[in-house]
Amino acid sequence: MNAVWASGLRKRYKKRVAVDDVSFSVTRGEVLGLLGPNGAGKTTVIKMMLGLVRPDAGEVMLLGRPVTDPKARAKVGYLPELFRYQPWLTAREVVDLHVRLASADVPEKDRREALGLVGLGERTGDRVGGFSKGMQQRLGLAVALVARPEFVVLDEPTSALDPVGRADVRDIVLSLKERGVAVLLNSHLIGEVERVCDRVVILDRGRVAASGTLEELLGSSEVRLRLEKVTPEAEARLAQAGPVSHDGDVVVVALTEPGGDLVPDLVADLVGLGVRVHSVEPGRISLEDRLLDILGSVR
Amino acid sequence: MNVLTFAALTLREASRRKVLRALAGLTVVLLGLSAWGFHTLVTKEFDGALLTSGELRLIASQLLNLVMFGLSLIAALGTAFLAGPTLAGEIESGTALAIMARPIRRSTVLVGKWLGLIAFGGGFVAMAGLAQFVIVYATTGYWPPSPVTGLALLAFQTAVLLTLGLLFSTLISPMASGVVAVGLFGATWIAGVVGGVGRGLGNDSVAAVGTVSQVILPTDGLWRGAMYAFQDSTALLQFGGAAVRGGFPFLSDAPPTSTYLAWTVVWTLLVLGLAGLVFRRRDL
Repeated sequence: MNAVWASGLRKRYKKRVAVDDVSFSVTRGEVLGLLGPNGAGKTTVIKMMLGLVRPDAGEVMLLGRPVTDPKARAKVGYLPELFRYQPWLTAREVVDLHVRLASADVPEKDRREALGLVGLGERTGDRVGGFSKGMQQRLGLAVALVARPEFVVLDEPTSALDPVGRADVRDIVLSLKERGVAVLLNSHLIGEVERVCDRVVILDRGRVAASGTLEELLGSSEVRLRLEKVTPEAEARLAQAGPVSHDGDVVVVALTEPGGDLVPDLVADLVGLGVRVHSVEPGRISLEDRLLDILGSVR
Repeated sequence: MNVLTFAALTLREASRRKVLRALAGLTVVLLGLSAWGFHTLVTKEFDGALLTSGELRLIASQLLNLVMFGLSLIAALGTAFLAGPTLAGEIESGTALAIMARPIRRSTVLVGKWLGLIAFGGGFVAMAGLAQFVIVYATTGYWPPSPVTGLALLAFQTAVLLTLGLLFSTLISPMASGVVAVGLFGATWIAGVVGGVGRGLGNDSVAAVGTVSQVILPTDGLWRGAMYAFQDSTALLQFGGAAVRGGFPFLSDAPPTSTYLAWTVVWTLLVLGLAGLVFRRRDL
C-alpha cells in the first residue's frame, strides 16, 4: 500500500512553471529520495503533497485519503525546509502542541524521548526564541517524529546541522525504515541519500528527469583498463561491452549490462586479440555522477 | 476542540510577547494621568470658585469619553498589531508550515485565533474601562449610566477592528495589515466627525460621509454608541445647538439602533468568512 501517491501534479507561479506533470509514489516502509538542483520544484512538490500548496492540476492520495481531507495528515510527520517554531513557547510546549493537534496519544515519557533523541533532552524547558538554527532544526525533527507518524517528510533535514547531527539524522531515517515508516527525504547531500534511500526521484525544472531504485539508476558500472597494443579489432570488442571513453592512458568502459562474467570475458578476448593488459579496475558510478549525467543530458 | 487550542495559544502568545507589557504600560500611564486630571478638576478653583456638582458631572462625563477614546485607541492598536503578525507573520516566517501540516482545517486556526484575540481585546477593554470608571467615581463621584453596555460596545468595536486586521493578514504582510487596519479605524473616526458636522450644519451630503463610513467599517458607529452609554444624560441638554451636538467628537446624540447592531454582527461574520475563504486558498 502506498503512503503517498501523486499523479500529474502541476503548479504555476504567475508566468513561471514550478512543477510540471510530476507523478510518483512512496510505498509504506520505503525511503524515497528527492533530488534535483535548486529551483527544481522539490519543495513545491512536497508542499502540494501535504496540502499546503494547491496544485493547478493533479491528484494526491496521502495514507489512503485524498490530501484535501485534513484527516489524511493525521499520521504524517513533517520537517519543513523553512523550520520555524513559536519563539515564545518552550521546546516542550511546541512538542505538546503538535501532539494535541495530531490528536495522538503520546505518553509523557515518549515526548521526552523524542526531544532526547534529537539532542534536546537538556533544553526542554527553554524558549525556542533562544535556540540556534541547528537546535531549531533538531526541534523540528522531534516535532516530525513525536506523534507516531506512518509517513515522515524531511525537507533538507540537515541544512543547519553539524556532521554529528547529520549522522544522527541518518540513523533516525534508518530506524524509521526498520520500523516500517515511509520516509520522503529531500536533501542536497547526495551521499546521505545514497546511503539511506531505496528509491530516488530526480527533478529538474519542475519535471521528473529520472526515477528508480538505486540499482536501476546506478546499474551501469564501469571498468577502467590500462592497455597496450590496442588493435582496431580490440577497440571494436571494447565498444561491444559499452560506451568507451579515455581518461589519460586509461580506457574507461561503461558497462551497459553488468553481469558476473562480463569483465573476465572482455579481458580474455582482449588478450586473445594480442592486447597487453597492465591493469583492470572495476568501479561503480556514484549517485552524484549519475545525477550530473542525467541533468546534463536533459539540458 | 482544536479551535480552543488555538484560542488559548493566541492568548498565551499575547501574554508572552511584549505587546501585553506595552499595553499594560500605556494603560497605566493613561489611567494615572486621568486620575491626576480628575483630581485636579475637583480641587481646582475656576473664577474663584469650585465647580458645582452639576458642572462637575457634565465635565467628568465629557472627560470620561475622551479618556475612553484613548483606551479604545490603545485596544485598537494593540489588537490590530497582534492580529497582523498572528497569521501573516506565521505564514511569512514558516511557522504556519509545521502547524498546517497537522490534521486540522485552516478555518479552525483562523476561528481559534479570532476567538483568542477577541478574548484578549475584550478582556483588556473590560479591565481598563472598569479601572477608569472607578477612578472617575473615586475622584468626582460620577458613574456612567450604562457602563456594561458601553464596555460591551467598546469590546465589539475592538472585535470589528481585529477581524478586519485578520482579513488583511491573510492578504498582505504582517506590518502592513496592522497599519492599514489602524489607518482605516482612524479614517472612519474622522469621517464620523465630518458626518457629525454635516448633520449639525444641516448638509445632508456631508452628513452622509459619516453614515456611509459607519456602515462600511462599523468601528465609529460602535464607538459613538459606547460614548452614549458613558456620558451623562444631561450633557445633550446642556450642550444645546445642533452644530455643537453633531460636530463635537466626544458627544453622542443617540444609542446605536438594533438594526445597526445586527448589521455590525453580519459585517463581522462576513469579514471573518472572507478571511477564511482567502486563507483556505492561500499557498503556504
